[in-house]
Amino acid sequence: MSDERKSRTYLGRERPASGRELYSWFFIRVSGLLLVFLALFHLLYQHVVVGVDALTFDTVAARLQEPQWKLFYSLLLGLALFHGANGAQNVITDHIHRRGTRLFVVTAVWVVVLVVTIAGVLVLTTFTPGG
Amino acid sequence: MTRFQWIRGVLTYRGAEGQWSQAAHRLTGVGVLVFLVLHIVDTFLVMYGPDVYGEALALYRTPVVRIGEVILAGAVIFHALNGLRIMVVDFWEKSSKYQRAMFYAVVVVFLILFIPATYFMMAPLF
Repeated sequence: MSDERKSRTYLGRERPASGRELYSWFFIRVSGLLLVFLALFHLLYQHVVVGVDALTFDTVAARLQEPQWKLFYSLLLGLALFHGANGAQNVITDHIHRRGTRLFVVTAVWVVVLVVTIAGVLVLTTFTPGG
Repeated sequence: MTRFQWIRGVLTYRGAEGQWSQAAHRLTGVGVLVFLVLHIVDTFLVMYGPDVYGEALALYRTPVVRIGEVILAGAVIFHALNGLRIMVVDFWEKSSKYQRAMFYAVVVVFLILFIPATYFMMAPLF
């Protein structure tokens, strides 16, 4: 990663000029806005509507079969993980200066995120209570 | 740097709301991400049937974990509200003049959301 940030002004502020960093910058904002609604809804629904004490294998399994919930969870899963991985990459880039270490940690984060995304997709596509 | 110099650095830091809120934003972001990874793993346990998943659920009802959930809710709410503030400044040039005021608005809305949430989450314990 080059230390000379090429940037340009957009709305009078510094922005990444092009490429992955620009897309990452936009994606974090767009996904963040969507996640405000998705994540807060998830928090409210689980803790207030359902309540942690009313959670059982059966209620969860039943919910995971319904298409609208599968859609909701797919969005939440993908957006949240990708938003987090991009954000983590920004933090890592700011704090780890040695190129080798930085690449290793960034790669580790993305590998973990990828594995966990696959796990989530597996649950959403293959899980049936009988199985 | 020794750890004492580090602590002194934090205590005498001359940053303002902007710097501290950025630190809090990063801390809550990384914290929520770590939780999210664990959460997907625990939900994956549902594939192993009611006994295994039931044990995970029982763990989540213990007082320690409930307190952890309250902290998580706080992190999510702060990160969301402060994130909205960041986006306002990003896309509306003139609002950067009001970033400090917006931060205090974030704190107020945070309390309005967080205090009832804490009540809802801790009430079943009493």
